Amino acid sequence: MVAVTSNRSGPKRKHQRLVLVLLALAAMIGGVLLAMSALRSQAAYFYTPAEALAAKVEPGRAIRLGGMVEAGSIKRHGDGTTVDFRLTDGEATVPATFTGITPDLFAENSGAVAEGAFGPDGVFRATNILAKHDERYMPREMEGIDYDPQTHQVDSSGQ
Amino acid sequence: MIAEAGLAALWLAATLAGLQLLLAWAAVAQGNAQAARFIRPLAVAQGALAGLAMVALIILFLISDMSVYLVAANSHSMKPFIYKFAGAWGNHEGSMLLWIAVMSVAGAAVALFERSLDRATHFATLGAQAAISLGFYAFLLLASNPFQRLNPPAAEGQGLNPLLQDPGLAFHPPTLYFGYVGLSVAFSFAVGALLTRQVNARFARAIRPWVLGAWVLLTFGIAAGSYWAYYELGWGGWWFWDPVENASLMPWLAATALLHSASVLAARDALRAWTIMLAVVAFAMSMIGTFLVRSGILTSVHAFAVDPTRGSFILILLGLYIGGALALFAMRVHTVNEGARFDPLSREALLVVNNLLLCVILGLVLIGTLYPLLTEMLGQSVSVGPPYFNAVIGPVTLVLMAALVVGPLLRWRRDEPKAAIWRTAPAILAGLLTLVAVLVFADRPVGWLPLFGLVMAAAVAVASIAPLWKRNLLRTPLFTYGMVLAHLGCAVSLAGMASETAFSSERLAAAAPGDSFEISGYTVTLDQVRPFAGPNWTAMEAVLLIHRDGKLIGTARPQARYFTDPPTPTNESVQLTRWNGQLYLVLGEALENGRWQLRIWWKPFVTLIWGGAGLIALGGVLALIGRVRRERKQARKAASVDAPLGHPQEALA
Repeated sequence: MVAVTSNRSGPKRKHQRLVLVLLALAAMIGGVLLAMSALRSQAAYFYTPAEALAAKVEPGRAIRLGGMVEAGSIKRHGDGTTVDFRLTDGEATVPATFTGITPDLFAENSGAVAEGAFGPDGVFRATNILAKHDERYMPREMEGIDYDPQTHQVDSSGQ
Repeated sequence: MIAEAGLAALWLAATLAGLQLLLAWAAVAQGNAQAARFIRPLAVAQGALAGLAMVALIILFLISDMSVYLVAANSHSMKPFIYKFAGAWGNHEGSMLLWIAVMSVAGAAVALFERSLDRATHFATLGAQAAISLGFYAFLLLASNPFQRLNPPAAEGQGLNPLLQDPGLAFHPPTLYFGYVGLSVAFSFAVGALLTRQVNARFARAIRPWVLGAWVLLTFGIAAGSYWAYYELGWGGWWFWDPVENASLMPWLAATALLHSASVLAARDALRAWTIMLAVVAFAMSMIGTFLVRSGILTSVHAFAVDPTRGSFILILLGLYIGGALALFAMRVHTVNEGARFDPLSREALLVVNNLLLCVILGLVLIGTLYPLLTEMLGQSVSVGPPYFNAVIGPVTLVLMAALVVGPLLRWRRDEPKAAIWRTAPAILAGLLTLVAVLVFADRPVGWLPLFGLVMAAAVAVASIAPLWKRNLLRTPLFTYGMVLAHLGCAVSLAGMASETAFSSERLAAAAPGDSFEISGYTVTLDQVRPFAGPNWTAMEAVLLIHRDGKLIGTARPQARYFTDPPTPTNESVQLTRWNGQLYLVLGEALENGRWQLRIWWKPFVTLIWGGAGLIALGGVLALIGRVRRERKQARKAASVDAPLGHPQEALA
């Protein structure tokens, strides 16, 4: 389009501009295709425990699992760095395990988002845990789960 | 009083901006010489008033005037002085005021110091700058007044987020804003040049210092932000592909491309339309970045309270400016003559490759950042994180680095393939040697991305200094040194990233006092854990003794802190820097029977990441000084040779 409207230039000049425009188009299309194929395989979907069980997420597929840490479910292993817990959304409960330093606000009866994948045994293996940071800074998906800005109360009916 | 004065200054500045726009239109479109005389003084007065408004807000924060809503909501009388000062822009309203103040001061600088443009284009540029300012004044005055009073005044402020109470972060946002503003100036120049149909080498020389300056500040701001996240978050990572990080990376990518295409335009008078387009894209990315961060559409560490009115306001401004500029571009692009021609093997051609690849990377970051928002609107929550970004950005960046090996060694216009191969041979050899060395000596399997990262780093390092080969180093211009340094910085930074990714070691342990742990030749011993008190926080502090070869080389004291206003726990990690890397130490939670969680990393050559970024920024500074000095010299020469010529006064449309 650009090359065609360039009326003062000879055929050779048109040619160079056309080549540049075509190159730019090719780069754009290539970039979009690359992005789309990578998004298909690498984007992590967000599920609550009930959704994850209903969707039958295949083991090994990276997802984010968000819910409340069930009361009385946090168990630390003897090594001091592995922790087992259960995430619940009131309808379903998923057992999970994590090795590492849990975030400061990771606690029972509080919201958390676990990044990771299900193991073949149905236990969710978290590679990272995001907990509510404070009333203004929190993982995006957690807004609906448990946060009440007026009372600062944890409330699982929010979901 | 101060608050009212600040508000009055803002309204007055906005009025002057409106007047400046009108007069610029009269001068450029109607050739009204009477109107033209007032444009530059107006721009200067507007800059002074907006600057005054910012000073007023800073004073309000310093004296902790709790009758001002913004101060009460974001400050605290017991806060250390520096955070009161930085608190002025550590919030939505203050940061937008900072933006507009810097933009108006930059506009004043364009009015005072710009000499290389013809008068009509200069006025059109100032008009465009006024039009942008006007939108931001409206945003500030109608949707986010920083001087809002609070009645009755609060007894005490609510404090600043503890995560943000860090000297690095206090000056990180303003640095980025200055960069964004520099790109807004480049955008105004582009609009001005399109309006008067003066897209040429002179235009490129006029925008280059602004693009260079903006680019240096963005480089610095991004590197500082990355280092802040690295040591403050305590996760051991240096780049998280967080949307807010991406928001600052995208304008930088566009600015990098613009910088290179403006160089082609200035030196060879080629890539005219392309340079204009990039100037528009670069400013669009700054606006999108501001929109993402300021609208609260992303709730991440940086994003502030959700407020849809503000988001849509910025979105409308974005649509107006970028849509308007693109429409103008579409209408005027046929008047932009094609620039000088070049061969497929020439420096220009490789700079086109550089531009295209940077734009592809920019597009990939943009898609990855916006995709979760898009799917959320469709009812499905998705997160796009490092797996996506590393998979797509890594390979394209390596191709870009390959172009960086070849490009600077080619001649302008056309080159001989044989000669070009000989010139790049040392760089290719360095890359191959690195490949063999890593494959032979690595103590673990290395992924292909970090492997080729190291290879390209070696090749780029050699290629970057090659332009100095056989040159008289004393007579080499400063901006050539700038280029060499910036390209060398890319190699250094890439080497740091690849080395950290490939060769980091990690230990996670539960430690009782007296326990020791080995990591990459270092022995870390937990001596004790004790309570510790700071100005507005308390902490548990671990004392770690670090030995190497039986000798004590340092003591590290990572802390788990607890802030009181507002109550927030944070982690203070400690980095022990050695010449060849960093030991990164984090104290976790207390466990039963007196044990504590400890997380220890050895990160070989991780400091090169920011050292390289520093070199890149320094290279930009040298190039900026070199260019400005050269322009000054040429302007003086031109002034002594010919008498002032008439100025092209082309009518609009």
